[in-house]
Amino acid sequence: MSPDVLRKTSLVTLSILAVLSLVSAVAFMTWGARGSWSFVLSFRGTRLAALIIVAYAISVSTVLFQTITGNRILTPSIMGFDALYVLLQTVLVFTLGAAATSAIDPRLMFIVEVAAMVGFSLLLFRFLFSGHAQNIHLLVLVGIVLGVLFRSLSGFLQRIINPDDFVVLQDRLFASFNITDGTLVGVSAVLVAGVSVFIWRMRDTFDVLALGRDMAISLGLDYQAATTRILILVAILISVSTALVGPVTFFGLLVANLAYLIIPASRHRYTLPAAVLISVLCLVGGQTILERLFAFDTALSIIIEFAGGLFFILFLLKGRNR
Amino acid sequence: MPLKFFLPALLLTVILAFVSLFVGVRDVSPLDLFAGAADQRDLMVLVASRVPRTVALVLAGSGMAIAGTIMQMLARNRFVEPSTAGTVESAGLGMLTVLLIAPDMPVIAKMLVAAAFSMAGTALFLSILRAIPLRSILMVPLVGIMLGGMISAVTTFFAYRFDLLQSMGAWASGDFSVVLRGRYEILWVAFALTIAAYVAADRFTVAGMGEDFSSNLGLNYRKVMALGLVIVSMVTACVVVTAGVVPFLGLIVPNVVSMIMGDNLRRSLPWIGLCGAALVLVCDIIGRIINAPFEIPVGAVLGIVGSLFFLYLLIGRRNRVA
Amino acid sequence: MIEVSGVSKSYGKTLVVDGVTLSLPKGGLTSIIGPNGAGKSTLMSMIARLLPMDAGSVVVDGLDVTNVSGDVLARRLSILRQDNHLTARLTVTDLVTFGRYPYSKGRPTLEDRDHVERAIDYLGLADLRHRFLDELSGGQRQRAFVAMVLCQDTDYMLFDEPLNNLDISHSVSMMKLLRDSARDLGKTVVMVLHDINFASCYSDHIVVMRDGRLFLQGTPTDIVRQEILSEIYGTEFRVHELDGNRIATFY
Repeated sequence: MSPDVLRKTSLVTLSILAVLSLVSAVAFMTWGARGSWSFVLSFRGTRLAALIIVAYAISVSTVLFQTITGNRILTPSIMGFDALYVLLQTVLVFTLGAAATSAIDPRLMFIVEVAAMVGFSLLLFRFLFSGHAQNIHLLVLVGIVLGVLFRSLSGFLQRIINPDDFVVLQDRLFASFNITDGTLVGVSAVLVAGVSVFIWRMRDTFDVLALGRDMAISLGLDYQAATTRILILVAILISVSTALVGPVTFFGLLVANLAYLIIPASRHRYTLPAAVLISVLCLVGGQTILERLFAFDTALSIIIEFAGGLFFILFLLKGRNR
Repeated sequence: MPLKFFLPALLLTVILAFVSLFVGVRDVSPLDLFAGAADQRDLMVLVASRVPRTVALVLAGSGMAIAGTIMQMLARNRFVEPSTAGTVESAGLGMLTVLLIAPDMPVIAKMLVAAAFSMAGTALFLSILRAIPLRSILMVPLVGIMLGGMISAVTTFFAYRFDLLQSMGAWASGDFSVVLRGRYEILWVAFALTIAAYVAADRFTVAGMGEDFSSNLGLNYRKVMALGLVIVSMVTACVVVTAGVVPFLGLIVPNVVSMIMGDNLRRSLPWIGLCGAALVLVCDIIGRIINAPFEIPVGAVLGIVGSLFFLYLLIGRRNRVA
Repeated sequence: MIEVSGVSKSYGKTLVVDGVTLSLPKGGLTSIIGPNGAGKSTLMSMIARLLPMDAGSVVVDGLDVTNVSGDVLARRLSILRQDNHLTARLTVTDLVTFGRYPYSKGRPTLEDRDHVERAIDYLGLADLRHRFLDELSGGQRQRAFVAMVLCQDTDYMLFDEPLNNLDISHSVSMMKLLRDSARDLGKTVVMVLHDINFASCYSDHIVVMRDGRLFLQGTPTDIVRQEILSEIYGTEFRVHELDGNRIATFY
């Protein structure tokens, strides 16, 4: 395909995705609404905003993470980043106690958590990706097992926490696609907007980074600084999404690879928006259909896990994991 | 097998079992017992709860460790065990099916249904392995973990639909505090199977050398595979039905024993059984002591120990992952 | 006697072995040579029932290998393929002892122990006997595998490139050992070889395969000839007579 055709097909695909996402958002807001419109709109509006923020955070963080790691099978959640977030929360409540934790301004709290998360994920990343010839299967497996370790540690701490604190913690950790907490959504929106500014300013470096470390350096990029910055952004996005809906292991993998599949040009200016739109479409559309058509209100994450796992196995079987 | 090492190890395990008899909420003192000063209630606790619990720990521990070994020989892969191959998750799906269709089945029938499911799940795993074009060592557990994830997504979905999430959650983390007289005897079936495994030890060692080697030595590879599959699934199902998931045991024990004394199962199986029992006893005693009077299930303790050990296998010994 | 009649095998659409009919006499050392992709290893695997054949039959001393039960054949015929990767951690003695599996099913008798000792001695593994296979060099491991096959003590022994990983001195002693067991113990040794000069100096019989077919067979004097080798491999060869052996050069 010539560059012109490539651009055109990509743009057409993006527009179709945009229209579909819009349709699903409208359906989400209006389908089956009963009672006063002002209540329905504000209630559903908060949830819609949360879903869109999550969709955005997961897809952008996954695509960028895959760009700096140079592969299409690793995602931040597979590497155990969201389990890490849960663990940090648990440790916080465990050490400070629920009373102290609740006394702190939730916004400050959130920022502390995000900061801890950024620190830990940088360490983890440096540790895993430094030196040695990297074997991709080894990394994935290490990530998955780290996830198990983080989850087991959280589970363990949650068992020895005193029961009152546990109730508080469970409240904070129990999350689904039914968020109605306006403040949390507000804080998340601000954070995501801030992150997006940085992403926008770095937009030209993504395609260069995708060429790999050696190529990027020889093209004059400060590789170390660029990857660190991206990793920080990824950690923030993961924190936001995990705080809102809890861990969703395979969603990022699914949407990022769908985006690579349907967008012929492998330029971030097309793949990033495509991944975002696909993920909005899946979350909002999927939630609408499940809720209105089948009356399964919290089953979406289960279905995503199933589809994601299937996709992952097929991906491995086809051996296209480099 | 050098008897002079085995006997002390056996003695140590017996001591652990003895400790396990006298640790718990109600203080039963061995001195009182022997002096005849123990009252009726103490004896009750001992006979109805402590003894069954200790026996169950020993049987489940040795059974799971041996099941892990057999799986590693059959899959010819060091990282495989019932909880990284979809076996455990399939047994869970079987349990759910029983709960939905015939909740009043006797426990032996429940076990058989769970065993049938886990056999099917494991067979599916093994046939996926055959289909993988380039069999990377690390891909094997990766596929197994993903398959397990998918199966448990199905389980969660139906459990959620039929309001059984809570009962399913109970066995997700192996817990021996529920073991009482009359509710663990099925584990003797697992014990009989581990004896069968010992009788057939040489066959499994030969099968561990691969299909060509087995054929050259005149061994019917398929029959050994089938036998191994039956043993692994039945043992797993027995343990899952009585106490829930005991994760990573089949990974830790066989690997440690193999590092020290190799894989001639005729020699190493008694050690594997013994170490499995000892490890579960230790983890269970820790779980009972650390936050007394509350208990931490053995599954939670093993989750941490096991994932740390898995990481060590993956990273610490990177040079001889073969 | 091994009688191969009309054996074919294809992988997908590629015909790898194409209607080979061949009879290998009892006793002596037979080498199978030929360029890469001639189907040598595939044919050998089918003779040893490691690989099902698409057509034809293989009969070993009157036993059809596709029908006879595995452990009966395991006492008549053994095979060692190339690239043996074991995930199981076994010591040298463990491995060699499994050569007796067809006889004792893992409960070795005193007589079995004798066989094991002899095989270990033959291959100079006495110092390594308690080492794990993954602690050995490639050549030492190869010798351990050969010891296991010797220990299996079958009339027919098939080797796919047994000199893999061996240095020159071990290659020579390996070839001597196999020739001696053919001569003195009346064994039948069949091997796939790449080194024409080893084939020439040690074989009683040479089988040449090309493009999945039987191309030629005969004594070393029949086969190791300038014009024949040049045709088989598509490369210029010179053949010299040295100390009663025919040596081919091709540089």
